[in-house]
Amino acid sequence: MTAQIAVFLVLAAVAVAGAISLILQRHPIHSALSLITVMVALAGLYLLQGAEFVAAVQIIVYGGAIMVLFVFVIMLLNAGEEERTNMSSMAHYVGVPLGVVFVIEMAYWIGRATLHMNARASGVVSTRDLSNLLFREYVFPFELTSFLILIALLGALVLARREESE
Amino acid sequence: MNEFAVQHPILAVALPKIVVLLFVLLTALAYLTWFERKVVAHIQARWGPYRVGPHGLLQPLADGVKFLFKEDVTPAGADKFAYFLAPFLALSLAITSIAVIPFGPKEFSVFGQSTPLSITNLNIGLLVLFAITSMGVYGVALAGWSSNSKYPLLGGLRSSAQMVSYELALTMSVVGVILMAGTFNLSEIVNAQQGFHWGFVPRWNLIGWPFPQVLGFLLFFTSAVAETNRAPFDLAEAESELVAGFHTEYASFKFAMFFMAEYASMITVSCLATILFFGGWLSPFPQTPIWAWTHYIPAAAFAAAGLALIVHGVRYITMFGRVVLPVLGLALCGLGVLCGQPGMLDFVQGPFWFLLKIAIFLFIYVWVRGTLPRFRYDQLMGFGWKLLLPLSIVNVVLTSLAIVWTQQ
Repeated sequence: MTAQIAVFLVLAAVAVAGAISLILQRHPIHSALSLITVMVALAGLYLLQGAEFVAAVQIIVYGGAIMVLFVFVIMLLNAGEEERTNMSSMAHYVGVPLGVVFVIEMAYWIGRATLHMNARASGVVSTRDLSNLLFREYVFPFELTSFLILIALLGALVLARREESE
Repeated sequence: MNEFAVQHPILAVALPKIVVLLFVLLTALAYLTWFERKVVAHIQARWGPYRVGPHGLLQPLADGVKFLFKEDVTPAGADKFAYFLAPFLALSLAITSIAVIPFGPKEFSVFGQSTPLSITNLNIGLLVLFAITSMGVYGVALAGWSSNSKYPLLGGLRSSAQMVSYELALTMSVVGVILMAGTFNLSEIVNAQQGFHWGFVPRWNLIGWPFPQVLGFLLFFTSAVAETNRAPFDLAEAESELVAGFHTEYASFKFAMFFMAEYASMITVSCLATILFFGGWLSPFPQTPIWAWTHYIPAAAFAAAGLALIVHGVRYITMFGRVVLPVLGLALCGLGVLCGQPGMLDFVQGPFWFLLKIAIFLFIYVWVRGTLPRFRYDQLMGFGWKLLLPLSIVNVVLTSLAIVWTQQ
């Protein structure tokens, strides 16, 4: 159990450090690399809780496919370094207090919740269980979600194509 | 020692296994370069490396030393962090993927602890391999971008687009195998291929029941060659257009790391092709008493190779070769005798057939490189998206239909 906690602490620290670095880095590629670190650390956390399939898919979909597209677009556009500016007064007086309130609220509710720290406890362990849930019990929301994504995809295509036809 | 092994299985069992496998793998990588140069040379009616050691056998060693002592130049204006990260990422990911490959069915014991012939046996082994493959793009993309030079950038863009495109066909082409085996576990996929049609034709997935994965295998191997950026899909390093592509600005050992990463992924792909479509460690011969003599094939093969090497070696042109080659031959003969021992006979079956199949795939890799001309970039993209991907979906649909049909 102690080894598990040690691994959890390391992965959590890496994830948080990656997230902070994502915001602080000035070059888009470095930010993207930080985000990849966060994704991989999250996959490790999933693995720690016994959710093997989700962990692998997390790396394949987020770490591999989506972030590769990010990096690819940044490379293609040859985006330069971002300039650092002072915070706007709006961010200063509204954003910072709201952020602090949000963090406190999150800490309060997470502290009160009884978390299932193990995927095995919920009974969904193997790929087979997961697919049974997705394609039997929750098949309607699942298909609806894919339909929504399709609509978003078509919408993006229409918006991007409009200039060409005129 | 045995108590220590019981208390700390990771230190006592896993670590030695990792070290040994790493040592074997890196040596295999080095000699794979020699093998490729030799085979390509003979395809092109040349001799290939011949000067460093008998038949150029010490060439990989000389190359390694050369790589170590070259000046390590970092181009001006390069993004230092990404420039250093890229080769490490490429090599470490390529080597990690070997950890889930099972080399044989039998367990062996380390300090009294029984352990399988692989670093780890995961339920999601195949998914882990694809996860590692999907991360492999970063090594190439970052190398191209961070070099601050136009040819690497173009090469990096090309190859990341190519790898992302062919990953789809690669993943879809193995779905048929997963459907037939019903698992992501590589050992179980091999075990599902046991048995024989009509008593003598092995039921490997390539010619398996209910739906032979011939199409799946062709799609898998084609997209795997593209995924590893090898000829004829090596547009990332098309010399005539891009100098050397994404690693143009790399020198010394960082260049060697990209080189090793490419060969490591060749080995992984060969392992995967063997496991998924050619029955992994399963012998092509039935296990009935009439076929019992086939158990002596490993021993006979090693002994014959050793004898041939001795006969050839004693007449070799240099004094050094006349000593080294017969010694190597003797070692092979010894290995053959060892494989023939009753205790070892069963154990060596799995690894022998597995390694033999891998060697055949590696030869095909080199053969393809020596034979086919390079694709044009638009042809490459059209081939991937318009032919391989639709065909792999057709393969999935047909396999599913066949499985549902036979289950009813």
